[in-house]
Amino acid sequence: MSSQFVVGIDLGTTNSAVAYVDTQDPSARIQLFQIPQLIAASTTEARSTLPSFLYLPSETEFSALALSLPWNQTQRSFAGTFARDHGWKVPMRLVSSAKSWLCHSGVDRSAPILPWQAPDEVQKISPEQASARYLEHIRNAWDFAFDKFGAKLADQEVFLTVPASFDAVARELTVRAAQLAGLMHVTLLEEPQAAFYAWLGRSAEGWRRDLSVGDVVLVCDVGGGTTDFSLIAVSEAEGNLQLERVAVGDHILLGGDNMDLALAHNIRVRVESQGSKLDNWQFAALVHSCRQAKEDLLEKNLEVAPVVILGRGSKVIGGSIKTELKKSELEAILVDGFFPICDRAARPAKAARVGFRELGLPFASDAGITRHLAQFVGAHRQPTAVLFNGGVMKGEPLRKRVTDTLSSWNGQPLKLLSGTDFDLAVAQGAAYYGLVRRGRGVRIRGGTARAYYVGIESSMPAIPGMTPPLKALCVAPFGMEEGSESEVADREFGLVVGESAEFRFLASSQRKDDRVGNLVEEVDDRMTELAPVATTLGENGESGAGNVVPVKLHSRVTELGTLELWCEEVGGAARRWKLEYNVREAS
Amino acid sequence: MRFFLALRCFFSVLFAGRLPADALRLLPAAEPPTAPAVPIEIAKTQPMAAPAPMTVKEPTKDSTGGAVQLLALFQREGRLLDFLQEEIDGYADAQIGAAVRDIHRGCKRALAEHLPLEPVLKDAENARVRVDAGFDPARIRLVGNVVGEPPFSGTLRHHGWRTTKVSLPVSTATDPMVVTPAEVEL
Repeated sequence: MSSQFVVGIDLGTTNSAVAYVDTQDPSARIQLFQIPQLIAASTTEARSTLPSFLYLPSETEFSALALSLPWNQTQRSFAGTFARDHGWKVPMRLVSSAKSWLCHSGVDRSAPILPWQAPDEVQKISPEQASARYLEHIRNAWDFAFDKFGAKLADQEVFLTVPASFDAVARELTVRAAQLAGLMHVTLLEEPQAAFYAWLGRSAEGWRRDLSVGDVVLVCDVGGGTTDFSLIAVSEAEGNLQLERVAVGDHILLGGDNMDLALAHNIRVRVESQGSKLDNWQFAALVHSCRQAKEDLLEKNLEVAPVVILGRGSKVIGGSIKTELKKSELEAILVDGFFPICDRAARPAKAARVGFRELGLPFASDAGITRHLAQFVGAHRQPTAVLFNGGVMKGEPLRKRVTDTLSSWNGQPLKLLSGTDFDLAVAQGAAYYGLVRRGRGVRIRGGTARAYYVGIESSMPAIPGMTPPLKALCVAPFGMEEGSESEVADREFGLVVGESAEFRFLASSQRKDDRVGNLVEEVDDRMTELAPVATTLGENGESGAGNVVPVKLHSRVTELGTLELWCEEVGGAARRWKLEYNVREAS
Repeated sequence: MRFFLALRCFFSVLFAGRLPADALRLLPAAEPPTAPAVPIEIAKTQPMAAPAPMTVKEPTKDSTGGAVQLLALFQREGRLLDFLQEEIDGYADAQIGAAVRDIHRGCKRALAEHLPLEPVLKDAENARVRVDAGFDPARIRLVGNVVGEPPFSGTLRHHGWRTTKVSLPVSTATDPMVVTPAEVEL
């Protein structure tokens, strides 16, 4: 497909952005798509990001006209700035962090569960549908704006970014969300890679001056909701520099929102000790004011920034509460709290699992990002250079802390790669990647960021109170390239026609040496269990219910970047059945 | 206070963008610096008789809608109307100051996004400037000892403001007179 536009979509946890390149423009400039959206009732404006929030109003709350967009006069729910700005006052109707729910295997991700814990009256939607709604908004906005070119988004080459830490199931769900939104052919790209592409794209060949053979670049991406690490290594082949993504981190639900909350809780204690009790509205205003104060302190290098909660009613001065945030406090809470100095042997603390855990997002139990980094670097390689991305990393003291910490582990200073836009680089890099795929730049090799396994329960006599140990059969190795396929050759399974066959499914971002067909005798803590995969033989009207069909497992990484597992009949008719991710099964 | 500077800008922009020139004279108690901020004042006394020609393109046909929308914008981003409507006599300066920082920040951001401003003349204030023949009286106002023929030489008293674009959000409001709705918590 050779569409006029190449489009990169950063579907973020808190903000989404769209960048594109007009390939008929000789300069092939990467441009930002300004996304029209409701910014208040009855008010539409184009903004450079679409906040990833969806508001589900009641029947009477707004007139249809108040929610109408240029391309849709009848929409009921709405996404974007107004959803975010109005929704925090009505939390039970606000869908937020849909993306974090999309990769949470503890819940049924295709079931209507959002807004989380909303009353029954609210017409809930699934994490998949919520993601689809953001993409649908983007698609409609694009089609409206690019009508004059006759260039529908569905007909363009679209690159959709996902966290590198997204496993095969979350990736599949993302692709499904895109399809629900009418985007049938999106190609996935890992966000840290996209940020790196944005850096590569800044100057055509400049990167060759900044990096040399043996360099390992850490992409440290700390956004509103998640922290994502990747390592990209520079090597040489036939005299040419090559880039390869050699490791990705696990999913860490920890980001700027946690930091703003931490600041606000600290200040709340102080304000309330002075006798003002804050209600929910005021607390939300406090969080907002803290975010502002944080940005001022970090970016303008002030010593102290005011934190003001304006009065809620029309008396804006009379009801206001004023306090301040000192730089020293900010550093204690943010820099030392979230980026503590630690040595390379440090590891994030694990929360004790309690019998009854409240469901909900599995937030990181250790807020120390540097400790998560120590674990990541310890499991993989020591970086020699770092590229920062994500809104949080706009704070210079935070970048410095990360760089200093990494340098102290290394015993030598790190190269700093800079010049990208912390908020928009992912979308821009995704668009640039589109050009790279058309031969206009260097490509990062990567393949799957994990090795994948099906679980095989060992046959042993049942012992009360003991689950039989699980063995893991590697079906797709780490680094399996897009478009490639492999077969688990020397192991056959017998599947019964007419019955459903289910396999436990596991992944590891750290076991890089397992090959297809390797059997790991004991599942260790470097593996994570994902949603199971299942298929039913005989759904297509195959005869012979009860017959056992011998099959072999095949894995295939699609061009879009998703992983497919197939059962192929051995000999005979060579029938095949696709194993589907069973996201309904809460693990 | 910086806020009042912003306030002056606000009025200047609001009216320059929307209302006919004669409305300027109806401005409540135009304090010296509140006078239409476009002119450059050269030397002292004697305001010029010439009405300021305010020929800014109308971005929307209906100026009522546009004006209310602009008010809504400043209210939304900076709670400006709450501030202007509040009786502030009883508050201490420090109390006002604290709230005003926030209001100032919000309004300034709204201004920068929707009606970005730049000085009419780029020179520093109080610098000597030259006004050539054929100058545009809409851009430059002469005050003080106005005699003779251009070119004039004078002191730039106020560098003026002009917006570089007017981009108000698209509105579909059913009642264009509502600036901000009442809020009822259930």
